[in-house]
Amino acid sequence: MTKALAKQKRKNSDFWERNRKSEGYLLKKTIMNFLVKVCRFILLFGVCFMILQPIFNKISVSFMEEQDLYNPMVIAIPEHFTTENYQLAAQLMNYSESIVNSLVISLTIAILQITVCTLVGYGFARFEFPLKKFWFACVIMVVLIPPQTISTSLHLHFRFFDILGIFKAVTGSTINLRGSVLPYYLMSAGCMGLKNGLYIYMIRQFFRNIPKELEEAAYVDGCGTLKTFLRIMLPDAKPILTSCFLFAFVWQWTDGFYSKLFLGNISLVSTSLSRIADSLASYLQRLVGTTVTPTVGRVNCIVSTGTLMIVVPVLILYLFAQKGFVESLSSSGIKM
Amino acid sequence: MKKQKNKLAGLQKRKAIAGYIFIAPFIIGFLVFMVKPFFQSLYMSFCNVEIGAGTFNPVWAGLENYKRAFTIDPEFTRLLVEEISRMVVDSLAIMVFSFFVALILNQKFKGRAFVRAIFFLPVILSSGVILGLETDNSLMAQLQVAIEESTGGVSITAAVEDILRTAGVGVRAFETVFEIIDNIYDIAISSGIQIIIFLSGLQTISASMYEAADIEGCTKWESLWKITFPMISSMFLVNWIYTVIDFCMRSDNEVIDKITTVMTEQINYGFASAMTWVYFVIVIVFVGISSLIISKGVYYYD
Repeated sequence: MTKALAKQKRKNSDFWERNRKSEGYLLKKTIMNFLVKVCRFILLFGVCFMILQPIFNKISVSFMEEQDLYNPMVIAIPEHFTTENYQLAAQLMNYSESIVNSLVISLTIAILQITVCTLVGYGFARFEFPLKKFWFACVIMVVLIPPQTISTSLHLHFRFFDILGIFKAVTGSTINLRGSVLPYYLMSAGCMGLKNGLYIYMIRQFFRNIPKELEEAAYVDGCGTLKTFLRIMLPDAKPILTSCFLFAFVWQWTDGFYSKLFLGNISLVSTSLSRIADSLASYLQRLVGTTVTPTVGRVNCIVSTGTLMIVVPVLILYLFAQKGFVESLSSSGIKM
Repeated sequence: MKKQKNKLAGLQKRKAIAGYIFIAPFIIGFLVFMVKPFFQSLYMSFCNVEIGAGTFNPVWAGLENYKRAFTIDPEFTRLLVEEISRMVVDSLAIMVFSFFVALILNQKFKGRAFVRAIFFLPVILSSGVILGLETDNSLMAQLQVAIEESTGGVSITAAVEDILRTAGVGVRAFETVFEIIDNIYDIAISSGIQIIIFLSGLQTISASMYEAADIEGCTKWESLWKITFPMISSMFLVNWIYTVIDFCMRSDNEVIDKITTVMTEQINYGFASAMTWVYFVIVIVFVGISSLIISKGVYYYD
């Protein structure tokens, strides 16, 4: 104990000694470092709080009764604690059914998209073929063109679906694919799903950085093109594929645009959440019998609860796979 | 000799074929789901589309839809100008914000992984429909007014703005700054991906470069501008394009909102296509010109 104290003391005196020798530079430097640390802490804490605050706010609001919202005394802790919001929101969103639907669709879509994007990304990264630049420019185009631009005609495209007039020749009419899941799977299989251009780009950048010698060694040892890809390249690409998969899953989970366009008839958490305010109105209408507009506070309660309910699964996923999201992307040092 | 050359050509050919097989899904998808709808929507923007039972037939109408968008429709030009100007200001703010956050998050300190996780959280939580709900203005605005009246709360920026205004400091310039500060939440939640891209760029800069500069007597501030900035300037280009594109795909975008309403509720495909095309062309031209300007300043190390 005393030894440690003495050591501390010596260190202290050492510090002043060294400070004197460096003509005050050491002290200045230490103070500066400390100040930088404090400023950094305040800044990061502030921004982190700002990002987290809405979530905390939603959590507290979701447990409140309506009257708590109008009470200026109540800020975070509800006075009338209730779980009624959760029951109502679950009922309005058809929660148990839509969460299963969402899970199945997001998972299958994400797997499909990432499989196809990996193939395409690998093709762009490791092979030389004519018109490669042109096709890659097309990938960039896909990233750049907002899906809204073509949404009008995609609407019609799937309403009167036909591949090169084959169906019309065979059956005499086109197929109406609107309202079924098929179009979206077809689009995902063709790399035209949500942000697929971005995934292709990221996967390509990753494969480009793998040294050529590895591939050549595999060829010399008798691996074919496919075997090289499956045995050598894929295991290497695990981190980037995980993060792309997680992105695909999560973005599909919360996506409103494609879901509304193609999956309108299937109840998904994202679409039912965007409708929740209207569902509340019609629910109240059925309950009372006359047309009623739900109060602002009530709607706010339900919307926050609903948002929380669809965010929680993703949040849990994020907590477990946080490394997959952030670290693998930032530490692999993708060269753009 | 000749034989060997042939063999090489054969290998190259085989590789080319393999390459095409690998990217085949993209080519098919691109041709079927992108090219056709793309040109169809361009064509429809010059037409009046009539939807019948089981068929639709576009009737050529020339520039009528475009004329309607710019001269007759009361909202479109206003929304367009608003969205574009918001896009420019916000994108710039996002770039600056994410660059400095990436600089901070690249330093070593306790709990760095935790802070990174929080900064990245909005990419997941504020995507898709959730973003649209958060900015469901009419609802929240009412509530906010009610709350502010009852508590008499004053936001800090409003107070500072008042002080500066009465002091007579140049107001115009400050208003933009205050707007950005008021929007800091929006900016913070939409800069997750950009932070990651900057971080991955910062990680590729070798530490020996900073050491050398440090020994030569370079301060941290100088090395920021002389080393960090040029080394990740290519990331600025990528991030800028990503930010602008991301901004015009957001679900709380009013122009897109308007287009969707016209398409699904009024079922006016022609007019909707025309508006989309106007918006799309403006954004693409903007991205093209600005990235040309940025790419002039990009420095490539190797």
